[in-house]
Amino acid sequence: MTAVETVLSGLTSGIASGGIAVVDLTNTLSPDFPVIVLPAEFGQCEPFRMETVSRYDGDGPAWYWNNISMNEHTGTHFDAPAHWITGKDVPNGTVDRLPPADFIHPAVVIDISAQAAADEDFILTRAFLEAWEASHGPIPPRHWILLRTDWYKRVGTLAYLNLKEDGAHSPGPDAEAMRFLVHERACIGLGVETVGTDAGQAAHFEEPLPAHSVLHGNGRYGLQCLTNLDQLPVRGAVIVATPLKIQGGSGSPLRVIALKPGL
Amino acid sequence: MTLRPRPEKRDPLQRKVERHVPAGLRSRAMHAMSARAAQGRFVLQQCVECSAVTYPPRDICPVCWGELAWRDQVQGATLLAETTVRVTTDLYFRAHMPWRMGTIALDAGPVALAHLSRNLTVGGRADVRLMIDKGGNAALFAMAAGEEPDMSDKQWREFVVPVRDRTILVTDGRGAVGQAVVAALQAAGAASVVVGLPAPAQPPAALAGLTGVRIVPLDLTDTRSVSECLTDIAGPLDIVVNTARFVRRGDGLIDQKHALDVTVLGLLRLTQGCAPMLQGRPSGAFVDIVSSAALAPDAGFPAFSAAQAAHLSLLQSFRHQMRGSGVRVMTLFTGPVDDEDHQSVPMPKVAPSRIAKGVVDALEGGREQLCVGDAAVDAMARWSDDPALYIREKNL
Amino acid sequence: MRGRLRYDDVVLCAPVTVPYERYSSQSAHWWAGRALRVLADVTGLGPRDFDGFCFSSFSAGPDTAVGMVQHLGLSPRWLDHIPTGGASGVMAMRRAARAVQCGDAQIVACVAADTNHLDSFRQTVAGFSRFSQDAVYPYGSGGPNATFALITDHYMRTFGIGREAFGKLCVAQRDNARSNPLALQRGVLTLDAYLNARPISDPVHLYDCVMPCAGADAYIVTTPEVAQRLGLRMVRILSTIERHNAHPQDKVQWRGGWTMDVDDLWAMAGVGPQDVDVLQVYDDYPVIVAMQIDNLGFCPPGEVADFIRRTDFTITGDLPLNTNGGQLSAGQAGAAGGFQNVTEGMRQILRQPLGDQVPDARIAAISGFGLVNYDRGICTAAAVLEAVA
Repeated sequence: MTAVETVLSGLTSGIASGGIAVVDLTNTLSPDFPVIVLPAEFGQCEPFRMETVSRYDGDGPAWYWNNISMNEHTGTHFDAPAHWITGKDVPNGTVDRLPPADFIHPAVVIDISAQAAADEDFILTRAFLEAWEASHGPIPPRHWILLRTDWYKRVGTLAYLNLKEDGAHSPGPDAEAMRFLVHERACIGLGVETVGTDAGQAAHFEEPLPAHSVLHGNGRYGLQCLTNLDQLPVRGAVIVATPLKIQGGSGSPLRVIALKPGL
Repeated sequence: MTLRPRPEKRDPLQRKVERHVPAGLRSRAMHAMSARAAQGRFVLQQCVECSAVTYPPRDICPVCWGELAWRDQVQGATLLAETTVRVTTDLYFRAHMPWRMGTIALDAGPVALAHLSRNLTVGGRADVRLMIDKGGNAALFAMAAGEEPDMSDKQWREFVVPVRDRTILVTDGRGAVGQAVVAALQAAGAASVVVGLPAPAQPPAALAGLTGVRIVPLDLTDTRSVSECLTDIAGPLDIVVNTARFVRRGDGLIDQKHALDVTVLGLLRLTQGCAPMLQGRPSGAFVDIVSSAALAPDAGFPAFSAAQAAHLSLLQSFRHQMRGSGVRVMTLFTGPVDDEDHQSVPMPKVAPSRIAKGVVDALEGGREQLCVGDAAVDAMARWSDDPALYIREKNL
Repeated sequence: MRGRLRYDDVVLCAPVTVPYERYSSQSAHWWAGRALRVLADVTGLGPRDFDGFCFSSFSAGPDTAVGMVQHLGLSPRWLDHIPTGGASGVMAMRRAARAVQCGDAQIVACVAADTNHLDSFRQTVAGFSRFSQDAVYPYGSGGPNATFALITDHYMRTFGIGREAFGKLCVAQRDNARSNPLALQRGVLTLDAYLNARPISDPVHLYDCVMPCAGADAYIVTTPEVAQRLGLRMVRILSTIERHNAHPQDKVQWRGGWTMDVDDLWAMAGVGPQDVDVLQVYDDYPVIVAMQIDNLGFCPPGEVADFIRRTDFTITGDLPLNTNGGQLSAGQAGAAGGFQNVTEGMRQILRQPLGDQVPDARIAAISGFGLVNYDRGICTAAAVLEAVA
């Protein structure tokens, strides 16, 4: 066996033996899973919908299947660079043209759950990240940055979108933090538990919606509506995130899994 | 949430009551009369040549063999003879015996048989109304002159849909119309008003603290949500008032698709879900608020108009599907509503509270079709008169 | 106007009744066939001998007299279908008589037959006429009971006639029925029982209503020569009248078409009401019996209440009325109910009654009333018959 074959074989046998644990980071795609709500003047995101075509009945006696429809950014989903205006000229920036090697990358998990619990508008700053590195070590390049907020525990309640009269309230990064992660730490992308990579109030930032703007303008990716980030180690997890190959698509719902050291 | 006490006591061990409707066989001329009765008109045929007024409906004038036309008539009459029917072979009336009816001499000329109010006696003057019976056909109902409809009169109740003590579902509590309808139904004595609210809207302040009002999630674009909402109502459901709509200018594909999803597919999801519940009730009704843009499109709101037209079409089919079950399907036509959806539409616009009053009026007056507000009345008159002209002049 | 021809050289013979049954699993075709069979037994005639056929029925659908001749194996040279229900007995007689008189037919079988299945009555009532389905049946679906309740209510108010007067008619007819073995209701009916019966459609109570049933009645119309050859006893027609949709201006029916033609009836007959030995009138409800007594001139107009009070209508009384019990006691066999006044009137003057005989009966007055298309009966007819000595 070649060295590579040994690695691959080790991967599958590790998964089989439980030495490598597989964590599902995906929320269930359902009609009532909330989608982002934009101000009324903008077009709106269509939620996931499902109509049964047949279920072992007159419309299909031996088979069950459904017609489904949704926006590309529904449920646990992937944002490609072309999603944002800053990324419109990024080469191969739509989901159908992304290099498949980008679908598997290691991750670092930054836990801001305590801060988010204390302040639902908590802003992740460069200073916070530098302090984090001081205690956890530097963020290595070509990693997914996963922001653990425990926000997934709000799924199924109105507190998940957390819409108030002045809009949504949820944690997220500011522009300096994003530039630090993208330019100085060469991240693959940002993964969050909230409905967007940006904070709920990020439209009102001095540099609005910095996560989308900086990530996609630089060819990086976003993962939203993740769950179970609290099951991942700070380092050592590998993320498998393969969006649907939608022609010219800006993103897609997907199944996201993490591999991590098991028992 | 507190519920008002329901006067209706139901023995859970009793077998389900099977409901019937009056015999439905009618002549084509009688159906023409019913179609006008559905619009709230009191009409009889009149000869275009000799002006003789005739009833029952005929196909030719019995006086001069001239052509007949439907004309609005005076509604006065005198009761000549009466009977209380106590025995019948008909299943519907058997369940409603005894039944009082009589012979009336209409001031317009002909003699007719009519259902009678409790207070009308032989020799007495009557006001006659042209109602729609449980089978969906026109029927004359005579009351003592000047008498107000009495909701405790069990015969009258067969022609109307009482609101008091009923359980009612109102869709789209987010909209101004939905909220006004909830308030009006609650004020009219509904036992329970269940208000559907599409996620992620917050419960509106206007509905806070209303006795007997309960807010539940309901998104007409989601089949499962509709099903879960109706399941959640659990008990008897008497009336559904659908106020959901999606109003946007223009003909954007996304807006059109959403309008169709809310207004057309949403109506189907709702009617398919609630029909079995309404059919089991003594006075089930489905009320829908339809824009007069359903009659002829407004080129400024093409997507909305198309969705409303399709919506009206489905609603009419639903009415005929329900005909055999006694469930009344009522249409309220409105012009532009004075709400956030019509900010740039000039007056006249109809106030949501006026529409809400129309909902209660339609139910308690047994109206199959009601135009609420000047714009809707004008639209219906023009459309009825000359549809082709109306489509042109509406968009000049 | 040209004077009317007398009914010379034409006679009625062989009144027959196929015993009525409350419910029958047989069809109207079977009942019509049974009526012909009984006619054949009585007259000795066969299918080839009847060259005229006149038929009346509500329940033969989809067939008419046309379907019936093929079904029953007849080849008549004269055919008529009488749709006038309670007036069909007299109307069949008028038409057949003129056909025989003019030589268009020689032996006409006049047959009325109806079956009564368990659900026949409801179906007949629900789809009786266009006006009825549009403007009567939807108002409580009381059927004829409700329609005649309205006529009765108005008649009682207009003429100051009370239920006891109608009761006297019903009780007299029941007394008459007691000797008729074919009557469906032969139990004693007292005025008290009548007055205290349960209301059906006020002011119509139980004993004001006929009992729908299955049955058939028939007679033949032929020449005196044929009747003599067959050995049949004969009845001659002194006079007849008919009228349809009379007095449309009356807001509620308080009189029938007889009032337009009654003078003609008695003038042509050459006799008057006082000469009548038996009176057989259509009796779906007693109010119509009272209306006929009045309209045919048996009492001064409007004084029928008083006339009823002072008259004995039983078989041995002053004016024997509906001597078989009428439909009220014998049963209403659809269109045959419109024939039994003819067959019973013939029997009494032929001295062949089903029950007791009216002493010395020679002249019978027959009256028919049919078809409540909307709010009133449309068809009226009457005949005066005399036995051929």
